[in-house]
Amino acid sequence: MPFSMTDIQVKLNPNQYLPFEEKVAELDRQIENLRRHAAQNGSDQSAEIRRLQRLETGELKRIYSRLTPWQIVQVARHPMRPLVTDYLELMVKDVRELHGDRCFGDDRAIITSLGQIGREKVLLVGQNKGKNTKEKIACNFGCPNPEGYRKALIKMKLAEKYRIPIVTLIDTPGAYPGVGAEERGQAQAIAANLMEMSRLKVPIISIVIGEGGSGGALGIGVADRLAMLEFSYYSVISPEGCAAILWRDGSQAKQAAHALKLTAKDLMKLGLVDAIITESLGGAHRNLHDTIYNVEQYIIKTLRDLKRTKIENLLETRYRKLRAIGNQYQKSIGVKAPRTKAAPKPSTRPKIPERVSIEAQLQKMQEITRQNDSYEFAELSEQDTNP
Amino acid sequence: MAKGIMAAKSDKSQWNGFSLKPRKQMPEGLWLACPACKHMLYKKTVAENMNVCPECKYHFRIDGDTRIKQLVDEDSFEQMCVELGSDDPLKFKYRGDTYKNRIRADRKKTGGIEAMLVGKAFIRGRGVMLGVMNFDFLGGSMGLVVGEKFCRAVDRAIEESLPLVVVSCSGGARMHEGVVSLGQMAKTSAALAKYDESGGLFISVLTDPTTGGVTASFAMLGDIIIAEPGALIGFAGPRTIYETIKVELPAGFQRSEFLLEHGFIDMIVPRNQLRKEITRLIDYCGK
Ligand SMILES: [Zn+2]
Repeated sequence: MPFSMTDIQVKLNPNQYLPFEEKVAELDRQIENLRRHAAQNGSDQSAEIRRLQRLETGELKRIYSRLTPWQIVQVARHPMRPLVTDYLELMVKDVRELHGDRCFGDDRAIITSLGQIGREKVLLVGQNKGKNTKEKIACNFGCPNPEGYRKALIKMKLAEKYRIPIVTLIDTPGAYPGVGAEERGQAQAIAANLMEMSRLKVPIISIVIGEGGSGGALGIGVADRLAMLEFSYYSVISPEGCAAILWRDGSQAKQAAHALKLTAKDLMKLGLVDAIITESLGGAHRNLHDTIYNVEQYIIKTLRDLKRTKIENLLETRYRKLRAIGNQYQKSIGVKAPRTKAAPKPSTRPKIPERVSIEAQLQKMQEITRQNDSYEFAELSEQDTNP
Repeated sequence: MAKGIMAAKSDKSQWNGFSLKPRKQMPEGLWLACPACKHMLYKKTVAENMNVCPECKYHFRIDGDTRIKQLVDEDSFEQMCVELGSDDPLKFKYRGDTYKNRIRADRKKTGGIEAMLVGKAFIRGRGVMLGVMNFDFLGGSMGLVVGEKFCRAVDRAIEESLPLVVVSCSGGARMHEGVVSLGQMAKTSAALAKYDESGGLFISVLTDPTTGGVTASFAMLGDIIIAEPGALIGFAGPRTIYETIKVELPAGFQRSEFLLEHGFIDMIVPRNQLRKEITRLIDYCGK
């Protein structure tokens, strides 16, 4: 798709440029000054403005063609990035939002809505981060609680009953790690979705539109087709979390982002993603309409394909696809004769514990226990591997 | 618990993510202190008591081989897919170390190839497909091999109409394998959907700890879910939760008893009753 600066509809505030966009910010400032100048004294600055705009286009192309994984994470988290509510507004007609999990509540972090994309009736399930502070708090910054996953599931069952295809839009930092979430069974809610989505008798398309945060993303992400926006990411753990555990330093997130292979391109190479959807020049946040249009076209085309397949075949293909995840990376390890644990060297003399006073032994034991205790708790964060 | 977390923070320097030291290493000598009641215990007595503290019934964590020995009829475990290993899909490097090295080190340490053992076994004469996770191997984390072994066990359970028993003990998905490991959650759950449709009985046994991607997939999908007493079971680790909400976590939070109270497990069974309870359930529900 050709881009020109006139396509760029979103004006960024000075603080909304990403750290690696300094030059673009500077060019924008110059253009803004020229415009103000022109408006004040009626002089014609259009030629100079066009020249600067061409420079800016070139600069954006240069930057965005070589983003590092960590920069992509930053783009995926950009405060102006289109959210599921934007997609509902610009891509879906006749929106009928359905609320509630019929059990506990209505999680605002997951929106479930009937609607029409192109000529297709669909159920849209999407994680919502919220636009302003009030909304962000209401939808918990896009971190769903168990009732969100349960709501998604019963609406998806409804869609199955009436043969309505399902489209899920993934955009979450992760499922919420809170006391209430644990009390109400976050793990069970996600697990149930994984199992049920693998056998729902309707086509399912999942698209990562921003952040694909681990199990919280996967909880609405089992699909016949998985696509990612060009500058979204999908990861087993947040780069910060991974850095905190493996680098022992959360500020090493940059390295972790690189190691985790979380970008659309990398995941495509690993065979985990079916398609990459192009974003507008300089990221989706610079042109909502173009990006959302691309997503819409992908959905329409893919739904057409999927609907041609008989549902039994679709389910079989979905199952085969899930079962094959990671299979090309298995390797056979030569099995040696079963290792017997090296027996402690028989000491010439039997150990006589009495030689050390009971107090000294006790003290040593307590020391060791204390050490082991701290290991215990340090290692607990291993369990944070996959929030 | 918060105190423990602080200790963990100050102890950072000794910790490389997945500790190479065996956990709760039995100290040299004949005695050990119970981490729960602090009683000094004679090691042999503890081992003879299925690694349960005779004083306070604290359940020590045990490795996969010990678990199998305790659970199945003598010498009845017939292991399958022993040779299956991971080829490091991401070529994962961190802090001058590599995932490959970690695998190699843990293979040496455990004498096994991966974090899960699967095979056919008999429990009090009942044939079962058994899966047992080994925490000593990269924190029992689920990577592509664990996922595949689990699925092959499910396949064979379907083929031979056997009940499936899986003892979980895991820190969650294996981050060194990125989204490949995340995908194992979907993969194992899909296999269980097939198993469910075939009418098979899946008994999920949760032991200390069962968290993250393992809890949020197959572990919580048991037709019947059993937990050992006092096991840590949850989605997010306590440290993540603590760091998110900055409020001290309630006592007993995310322990087996807490899950029972909140309706997420069927029963708590002490280690020495596991064989009996599993066979009784198989007799009720199995084919
Ligand atoms: Zn004790």
